[in-house]
Amino acid sequence: MDKTINQKAWFLVLPVFLVVAFSAVLPLMTVVNYSMQDTFGNNQFFWNGVGWFKELLDPTTDLGGRFLASLWRNLFFSAVILAIEVPLGIVVALSMPRQGFSVAVCLVILALPLLIPWNVVGTIWQIFGRPDIGLLGYVLNSLGLNYNYVSNDLDAWATVIVMDVWHWTSLVALLCYAGLKSIPDAYYQAAQIDGASRWAVFKAIQLPKMNRVLLIAVLLRFMDSFMIYTEPFVVTGGGPGNSTTFVSIELVKIALGQFDLGKAAALSLVYNLIIIIVCWIFYTVMTNAGVERRVVVDKKGVK
Amino acid sequence: MHSIPGRRVILSLFLAFLLLPIYWLVNMSFKTNGEIVSTMTLWPHQPTIANYMRIFTDESWYSGYINSLKYVVINTIISISVALPAAYAFSRYRFLGDKHLFFWLLSNRMAPAAVYALPFFNLYSAINLFDTPWAVALAHCIFNVPLAVWILEGFVSGVPREIDETAFLDGYSFPRFFVRILVPLIASGIGVAAFFCFMFSWVELLLARTLTSVDAKPISAVMTRTVSAAGMDWGLLAAAGVLTIIPGALVIWFVRNYIARGFALGRV
Repeated sequence: MDKTINQKAWFLVLPVFLVVAFSAVLPLMTVVNYSMQDTFGNNQFFWNGVGWFKELLDPTTDLGGRFLASLWRNLFFSAVILAIEVPLGIVVALSMPRQGFSVAVCLVILALPLLIPWNVVGTIWQIFGRPDIGLLGYVLNSLGLNYNYVSNDLDAWATVIVMDVWHWTSLVALLCYAGLKSIPDAYYQAAQIDGASRWAVFKAIQLPKMNRVLLIAVLLRFMDSFMIYTEPFVVTGGGPGNSTTFVSIELVKIALGQFDLGKAAALSLVYNLIIIIVCWIFYTVMTNAGVERRVVVDKKGVK
Repeated sequence: MHSIPGRRVILSLFLAFLLLPIYWLVNMSFKTNGEIVSTMTLWPHQPTIANYMRIFTDESWYSGYINSLKYVVINTIISISVALPAAYAFSRYRFLGDKHLFFWLLSNRMAPAAVYALPFFNLYSAINLFDTPWAVALAHCIFNVPLAVWILEGFVSGVPREIDETAFLDGYSFPRFFVRILVPLIASGIGVAAFFCFMFSWVELLLARTLTSVDAKPISAVMTRTVSAAGMDWGLLAAAGVLTIIPGALVIWFVRNYIARGFALGRV
């Protein structure tokens, strides 16, 4: 659809611009301000230039070591949950019933974990995993496994990952299901006439058609897992030790726990920069996919 | 052709995996603490509603729900009312910096709440909004306004331009066209956007907890406080958790066909 150029449209966008600028630009300026200064309390600030940034990116210092450790931990976490959630989501989407009342029931159950407050998600798994009162912990321990997410690093990781799979796989599944539903029946009929195998149908029809939604799903899951705070905070509190301390948890510890404003601000800016870069990729992919689809439609129109 | 072999088994297993932890929470909420700690029972042997009664009668508990609802509702109203005109502008017009603005909005939707926790604390303390529902409502705008713009833009683009043009030819002024024609046409879109604003504001904890202390304490913060208070009142905690799930679970039925669209920022 061709859009007309109209600068007056800015008046329609102005309210959004003001509201978001108030919530985003003002606070971000404070962060930039803090990141260049040091404070010893009493509201006295000292110019520190790029000192915090140097320290942040140098793994030999305390701050740099903590930041980089939590960053790698977070990236590893994102990689693991993507590797589990994407294939599982696709399989679940392919398993959805085709029509009838059961579709609605399945959709509602799938969406349920997505709508639970994040701290309650943490609470649910905290209770569910406890060896004394939780079903999961109790069953695992009575099977002879010594499972305890409070004291064992590996168990804490497993719990956080299973919790995230529980919480967010539905998002991937729902997006893939939306993609699958947009495939016209004619495609399947053509495949049947050609005698295509189940795998060939998946590879040649379903996967290409799900490309776009899958990209959205992967990017959204990456972003959200990269910012994860509440759920692991409630379940493990970042522990045992620092083994499940992700970037957001580290940042809140420094900012609100120790009130180290300069360090926290420098960390925030680097963190935000990473997010904005990924966000730019996300935006480009989304808008390009939109253009491609439009081009395909246009070509069909020409025929 | 649509489905894969063994799909019923896969789907049932996955749905069971989703429901089991929730069932356990509901199960715990109907037990007494004595039963929770002493025995492992798959269903409550001495069912009790004492946990729920305590939440409904103790003000420090039920005011948490009211506080949460206050800022969630304020936030939803602000988000939708500012996002509607913007969505129309993005859908119909090209203007200076439109693409950059759209990207900037998206980047705010993605920004980690942890980055903003401290500056928000300073900002809202400075303008005397700290510990009011307004502080949380405005803070949550940072991710809900962009979300609403993205979702609504998709729905507005689904309305043919000819409708706008016909209305203007018929002598409708812009505000009148907007309220009388466009809004009814995208009513379902507004419902979906409102649902997602409501939801994302409802599930967020970090900002809501940072920006409140006593008067406007949301339910999620009340829950975290109780966890660390003297001893663990598991039954009460479970009951409070169940009550936070209910609003989402009730409305989900009406938006089930739009859920994917909302989570993908209107881009499916």
